[in-house]
Amino acid sequence: MPQVFSKSANGISRLVLWGACFMAIFAAVAGTAILRSDFVTGARHPMAQPVPFSHKHHVGDIGLDCRYCHNGVETSASAGLPATEVCMTCHSQLFTNAEMLAPVRASLASGRPLQWQRVNSVPDFVYFNHSIHIAKGVACETCHGDVDDMPLMQRAHSLSMEWCLGCHRDPGPNLRPPQDVFLLHWKPPQDIEQIRRSLISILDIHPKTMTDCYVCHR
Amino acid sequence: MSAIADRQPDLAALRLAAAGREPWRGLDELADTAEFRRFVEAEFPATAERLPLSLDRRTLLKLMGASLSLAGLTACSEAERIVPYVHQPENIIPGKPLYYATALASDGYGIGAVVESHEGRPTKIEGNPDHPASRGATDAVMQAAVLSLFDPERSRAPLKQGEPASYGDFLKEIAGLAGGSIASGGQGLALLVEATTSPTAKAQINALKARYPRLRVFRHDPLAAGSGEQATAKLFGRALAPIYHFDRADVIVSLDADFLGDGPGRLAYARQFADRRRVRKATDTMSRLYVIESTPTITGAAADHRRAVRPSAVESIAAAIKAALEGDNHEAEPAWASALVEDLRGAGRNALVVPGAHQTEFVHALAFAMNARLDAIGNTLEFIEPPDALGTDGDLASLCQAIAGRLVDTVVVLGSNPLHTAPSDIDVRKAFSDLKLLVHWGLYRDETAFLARWHIPAAHELEGWSDIRAYDGTASIVQPLVEPLFGGKSLHQLLAALGGEFNADMQALVRRTWAAMDEPAWRKALRDGVVPNSTARPVAVGMAADIGAGARRVSADGPLEVRFVADPWLRDGRYANSSWLQELPRPLSKLVWGNVALISPATAQRLGLGNGRVVNLARNGRDLDAPVWITPGQPDNTVTLSLGFGRKIGSVATMAEGYDAFALRTADAAWFADGLVLTVRDGSARVATTQHHQAMEGRAIIRHATLDAFRHDPHFVRDGAPTEPTESLYPDWSYDQEAWGMAIDQSACIGCMACVSACQAENNIATVGPDEAARGHEMHWLRIDRYYAGAIDDPDIFFQPVPCMHCEKAPCEVVCPVNATTHTHDGLNAQVYNRCIGTRYCSQNCPYKVRRFNFFGYQEFDKQSAGPQQAARNPDVTVRSRGVMEKCTYCVQRISEKRIRAQIENREIADGEVVTACQQACPTQAIVFGDLNKKGSGVAREKAAPHNYALLEELNTRPRTTYLGKITNPNDRIAGKSRAEAANG
Repeated sequence: MPQVFSKSANGISRLVLWGACFMAIFAAVAGTAILRSDFVTGARHPMAQPVPFSHKHHVGDIGLDCRYCHNGVETSASAGLPATEVCMTCHSQLFTNAEMLAPVRASLASGRPLQWQRVNSVPDFVYFNHSIHIAKGVACETCHGDVDDMPLMQRAHSLSMEWCLGCHRDPGPNLRPPQDVFLLHWKPPQDIEQIRRSLISILDIHPKTMTDCYVCHR
Repeated sequence: MSAIADRQPDLAALRLAAAGREPWRGLDELADTAEFRRFVEAEFPATAERLPLSLDRRTLLKLMGASLSLAGLTACSEAERIVPYVHQPENIIPGKPLYYATALASDGYGIGAVVESHEGRPTKIEGNPDHPASRGATDAVMQAAVLSLFDPERSRAPLKQGEPASYGDFLKEIAGLAGGSIASGGQGLALLVEATTSPTAKAQINALKARYPRLRVFRHDPLAAGSGEQATAKLFGRALAPIYHFDRADVIVSLDADFLGDGPGRLAYARQFADRRRVRKATDTMSRLYVIESTPTITGAAADHRRAVRPSAVESIAAAIKAALEGDNHEAEPAWASALVEDLRGAGRNALVVPGAHQTEFVHALAFAMNARLDAIGNTLEFIEPPDALGTDGDLASLCQAIAGRLVDTVVVLGSNPLHTAPSDIDVRKAFSDLKLLVHWGLYRDETAFLARWHIPAAHELEGWSDIRAYDGTASIVQPLVEPLFGGKSLHQLLAALGGEFNADMQALVRRTWAAMDEPAWRKALRDGVVPNSTARPVAVGMAADIGAGARRVSADGPLEVRFVADPWLRDGRYANSSWLQELPRPLSKLVWGNVALISPATAQRLGLGNGRVVNLARNGRDLDAPVWITPGQPDNTVTLSLGFGRKIGSVATMAEGYDAFALRTADAAWFADGLVLTVRDGSARVATTQHHQAMEGRAIIRHATLDAFRHDPHFVRDGAPTEPTESLYPDWSYDQEAWGMAIDQSACIGCMACVSACQAENNIATVGPDEAARGHEMHWLRIDRYYAGAIDDPDIFFQPVPCMHCEKAPCEVVCPVNATTHTHDGLNAQVYNRCIGTRYCSQNCPYKVRRFNFFGYQEFDKQSAGPQQAARNPDVTVRSRGVMEKCTYCVQRISEKRIRAQIENREIADGEVVTACQQACPTQAIVFGDLNKKGSGVAREKAAPHNYALLEELNTRPRTTYLGKITNPNDRIAGKSRAEAANG
């Protein structure tokens, strides 16, 4: 009786077995990588807005302070978005007829608010609080990136739980003196390591307690 | 549900079983019925029984595959929009709530409130500490005000003969009416108002009377009892309202008065009462309370001596006590009454006799005379001008007579719903059908609105401007939290329209009443929630020598008496569409979503009735069917019926299973009557009660002692208690920062359920409906267990609030396969909803049964279909979805908020800064929360009390929530009660 399998079948079966192992590992690695990629997390992806508001222009070129528009950032969980009338403080004088600003003027005239696309968002079960981060020396740019280089707002980081926990486990590298938190392109001084160590004790930061689930989830 | 259904319980055996055992939750537990065992053996028996006994491989694979593929869907999310203001209001910072002082009406009287508002959306009611009727506390009903504000079934537009119409059309018709009335002097025009203490409403009605001299004003208030005013009018020459000072009273005798659970001053009275019952060391003293009552109430449960008597017998007992107090005729009395009289005499002017508002005029006269005799008037009892005084032409009966006599052809019904709440011997429908014009103003399109030519939606009390007086006369300005959601009009706007002022501004109408206040004073009154110096001054009274005589005679033993009570939450049915209130267990019966006829064990035995058995109750040719409920402590031959159920309108109200007790109520017997005929029907009805749900099996759950026993042995809670092991297999934690803990004083807890309602409002707790509640699926994070001890006919009653214990060695934490319940650095037992996969192992392993599982999607997530009620949710707390375990968090959102504030200010969290929702609502301050690591903190002081104990400490769970044993102060001269010994049990 002739052999059912030729000699090459050995090689094929080995290839299939090893290939299956390899594919499984590859799928796991690729899956993990894809989930963390900007494509899935939405990071570094500019979003269309009803008015093409440019942080690059307002922050980078003009030099507006973050708090001019996001005025709840020091006191509230929410940093807040400017009311239409805040935009119109300047734009009732400047670029009064610009086509680009027509929706803003329409909003003020009609009383209907502008509807911005949310760029930096965390899931509903995460209770993020801006004010405490500002108070403890976590700068705007630490999470939001170099907004003065963003013609259209984009998410600078994944804002995933892994990313949040990175800092909550070891906040030191992301701290700076609280008076500098609104500065962009901040250059740490020579003795930053020592400053950070003293900040942790002066600001009463307890990294051990910052990974308790209820710090963010409740 | 109860199992003592469809069959007659063997009460003789139960009596034996009750004697000399530990406190029990209900008759089912005593009888150890199969139904009770079901709930003890499986936390959710209905679910366990529904599962197939064996799962075949195919079904298992199908289920697992479905779970896996559905699990991925949860990650999907949609793009969100941010919508900023156009003009940002000055004080609003998005993300930070604002608080406004106002007052909520309770049967027409104001209770001060501070309302939390998130970006213009009221979400939570708190008490106003500066308001005398609140003193920082709220009750269960007030908490539900935010839910009724956003009730989607509130009436949304004016209706003309049932068709939507404009308010302008209504005003046109009213203008015609007003024009005609000017000419005729208001001939034929009548107002039907409900109880109100609003100075503005009073002034407006008086102005209307001046404008239309022949206008008649009638008052319909189904829960009012006028006998107190009649009694004072006779005794003192004018109608006065009594004000009690329980904080000054050493000995209190209640003659069928539920002063802790009912009446406009209940929160203040509960606080005063509890302040005299706090014992921490042997030298402390406490007051003594005797209660003679005709149906079990929370006041009776708080009593040191309680007597259950038929409602008609209160009069003769009161007369006998008075006779004994005045004379020296001790012999005719039972021993307890002579001991009571001696106690009253000993207390002198620090004694207080309180008559029940619904009791007869004669009982009031007797009580006031006794207080006068004891020289207590001016000390524990004062009289003020009634805050709700309003000159009226009579009640609903007089209105119907006037209609029949063609004296009235136009009626404006302001707020009440007489078609549902009228006594059954008054045919309001027929009377109103004869009218030329019927206008109804109310929150809902209710029974009366369906009959009316015009229905005008009312502005909710959180939407409109008004003013209101508290039980002691203190005035508050009622300010709106939001613009009327559905275009409702305030009472004052409607009264103004009748007076020809058609476009009156809501605020201006109220401001006019307080024109004497300048702008800063007005603003201060708004900010504080009280108008300064508006409290009524006590009136000096001289007691008439002749107090009249009682008309009522105690009926013989045979026939039954009926006693009507208002449902504690639904009142006369006005809150029947509130799911929070429908599902809030009643303090004593623990019933939800329905009412029953309460009867005593002995009466049940005599008539051969079991729980849930339907009976027909008839009186004067009217009858209704109701399931009976055997209630320990109910007087014999007395049937208690509660008002407020049986509504036919409202999707929530009609879900409830209950009868309408108004069908049996007559004008001459509003609160109790004899001559009730009971006929047993075939079959029984389902009665949903939570009394056996979440039962703890263990010893010494309730520990109590008398004051004497406490003085003898302050550590009585340790006597015979199982010892706590010292070693544990669970990991040791170190608490370097805060260590949150709670102490609950069972001597102060009156079982009023305010904490449970507050917890529901604060923590977005879902309601589940009658079917699910009957299965034991109710979601309340905090429950109040009610225990009985002693004889089943007249037991002692105990309340025990049970939130999560936040064990230091928590059994739930170690069994979670996904680490969804974790221990935090400050000792909280945190539940992470987004991690929970719903194995329910934690709940199985929890000895206290404080975990709740979302068996179904009880909360609506879709913003479109959720409707306006989603606006009542607290934005700081996650709304939980199906398949997720949840439980008390010690209000972690409040801890986080205070911690963040303290951290920003770089300081420690102060003692008393974090206040849990239950603690804040509690009228008696029975709950203390705080940091155990902080020396001298309130909670550390409470836990240092000698009678502090933990539940089931033999399990070595080391709970952070502990209890102070209940201390009572019985009179040792009164025998018959086995309270003399400190009992653990």
